[in-house]
Amino acid sequence: MQSITVLKRQTNKEVKVCVTFTVTLAALIVLTIVSIGIGAIWIPPSVVWDSIVSFDASNIHHQLIREVRIPRALTAVITGGALAAAGAIMQGMTRNPLADPSIIGITHGAGLAIAMALVFVATHTFWTLLLFAFGGAAVGAGLVILFSMIAKDRHSPVTLTLAGAALSTLFGALSTGLALYFQVAQDLSFWYAGGLAGSQWIDVWILVPVLVIGFILAMWISRPLTILTMGDEIATGLGQSAGKIRWIGFAAVVMLSGAAVAVAGVIGFIGLMVPHMVRSLIGVDYRLIMPLSILMGAALLVLSDIGARIVNIPFETPVGAITAILGVPFFLYLARRNGRDL
Amino acid sequence: MDWRIAFKQSRSWMLLFSLFLMIVFMISLTTGVLPVTLMDAFHTFSGQGTAQQELILYELRLPRMIIAMLIGAGLAVSGAVLQGLSRNSLADPGILGINAGAGLAVVAFIFFFQSANWGESPFILPLFAFTGAVTVALLIYLFSWKNGVTPTRLLLTGIGFNALCGALLMVLQLKMDPRDFQEATIWLTGSLWGTQWRYVLALVPWMIVLIPAVFIQAKSLNIMQLSDPLPGVLGLHTERKRRTLLVLSAALAGACVAVGGGISFLGLLAPHLARKLTGPNFYSLIPVSALIGAFLLLTADLIGKNLLAPADIPVGIVISVIGAPYLIYMLLTRTSQGLKT
Repeated sequence: MQSITVLKRQTNKEVKVCVTFTVTLAALIVLTIVSIGIGAIWIPPSVVWDSIVSFDASNIHHQLIREVRIPRALTAVITGGALAAAGAIMQGMTRNPLADPSIIGITHGAGLAIAMALVFVATHTFWTLLLFAFGGAAVGAGLVILFSMIAKDRHSPVTLTLAGAALSTLFGALSTGLALYFQVAQDLSFWYAGGLAGSQWIDVWILVPVLVIGFILAMWISRPLTILTMGDEIATGLGQSAGKIRWIGFAAVVMLSGAAVAVAGVIGFIGLMVPHMVRSLIGVDYRLIMPLSILMGAALLVLSDIGARIVNIPFETPVGAITAILGVPFFLYLARRNGRDL
Repeated sequence: MDWRIAFKQSRSWMLLFSLFLMIVFMISLTTGVLPVTLMDAFHTFSGQGTAQQELILYELRLPRMIIAMLIGAGLAVSGAVLQGLSRNSLADPGILGINAGAGLAVVAFIFFFQSANWGESPFILPLFAFTGAVTVALLIYLFSWKNGVTPTRLLLTGIGFNALCGALLMVLQLKMDPRDFQEATIWLTGSLWGTQWRYVLALVPWMIVLIPAVFIQAKSLNIMQLSDPLPGVLGLHTERKRRTLLVLSAALAGACVAVGGGISFLGLLAPHLARKLTGPNFYSLIPVSALIGAFLLLTADLIGKNLLAPADIPVGIVISVIGAPYLIYMLLTRTSQGLKT
């Protein structure tokens, strides 16, 4: 009898996981179509559909969809997925429920690198900016992971969060200083808040392979990551090398958040919110958390991007501001909930 | 008398840092784009200097240096209080969002009311910064309330509000015209922009009222360092004291930020150093923090104005660069959440 109950419970869980995945995927598709339609001119979904299946080069709407709207929507999808995956990995590796690339210094590291590129590289192409953003994200992520490995107080999430906040402040000060001295402050600011306006196909082509590699790395460590969340000792006992997992996770975080920052500027809180929602929906197994985080992060960023375009028509609001306004209450809720046992 | 004992114990440190402060003061007075020798400075102060020397010393250097020292002391004391409240040696008005709240209020004021000539209102800006800082502090307190306020929740909530203010600042800043934008950015980075006597006048009353007000609360701060049921047992209304102290600390930070811009790390560094030197007694911690803060900011200003002269490096950036190695060292050697050094 007991085995039947267990079986039933397991089936229930599988059903729940399937439903969650399906609903998220459906939401993502609907939001993406809406996002393609929204803009200075509203384009109904039927036209969007036509432009994909029977493209007509003389139709200006079709042109607009192909050259502007679709790349933007796809960039949002991929960036959102990448940020959420990076957040999930960070939270797993550091066992810090508040880890998010924008809070613990990774995004500002990339921002500082971009400031340096704007100042010191005479002809900065898209590629140099991308490379610099990767480098900066790597430095930021490396420092944070270093902290969480060698700080004596490494088990306190507060220490890590504060360290990250301090690091962000430092990187921010340095990049502002550079930008002010060399008079590129507003350029840098526009880049920072840049969001997804002006996304092109090239952004998509850069992001896709990065996301694929990052995703493979993330999935590779998802099982050991689940074990790692139980603690280094247990993980070692079960034959996992915490060090190796951290290095792979580090590489994945750098690729994912570096690419996202390079393409879309500073978009915070996606990496914080999504893994939490996912965990509350489907539990603690990172083999499921990782793909669902990507889907849900994508949907959330597409939604935020829609919000960025419609809250203050005809102006665009920085999408980072939208995600922060969504994310801060969430962060405060987590801080309240975890305050006692952190 | 608690404070007398504390004063006696930390006397040597106070004298040492007063000496440091005087040395930096003299160096800062004599260096700059137009050097003035120490002899000339003495002559000028006794009324025998040239008109040019008088202009440089009285109108350019002295007010700026006095402002640097006042702000340094104010931010250091504000940080000391926040660290005591949150029982975490990493707390700082910059990291907790209080600076950002003040910054948001000021930038909103610039954005909505006056563009271009906003530097003309030395008494209104501090008021706005002050309101912003205190509002954010109260919001942090309110949102971390759940059957009382734990230090951890206070910190995390502060970080959250910092992010929120940052996002709103970004929205406002991007809508500014380039000139306002540049000004606002310099201001947010922490440059001593108000370097005239009237800003000294605007700042001094705050410091005269608030720093002693904090000092007389030192006993409560000392008791608060005990873990949570104890202060209540010892007859301290912990929550009421927390509120008062949070407001005082936010008011100090707000006044400083209004004139000095968003200077981070100083409120973290100075009290932490002071605690290392004199121990955790707030009766000695507060004055020593103030001295160290004044010394650090005056030094940072000296570096900032000479390193890339004639260009000024905002003093907030200098402080960040000095503060970071120290902070990293501190994080690596920290062992627990308490205020252990």
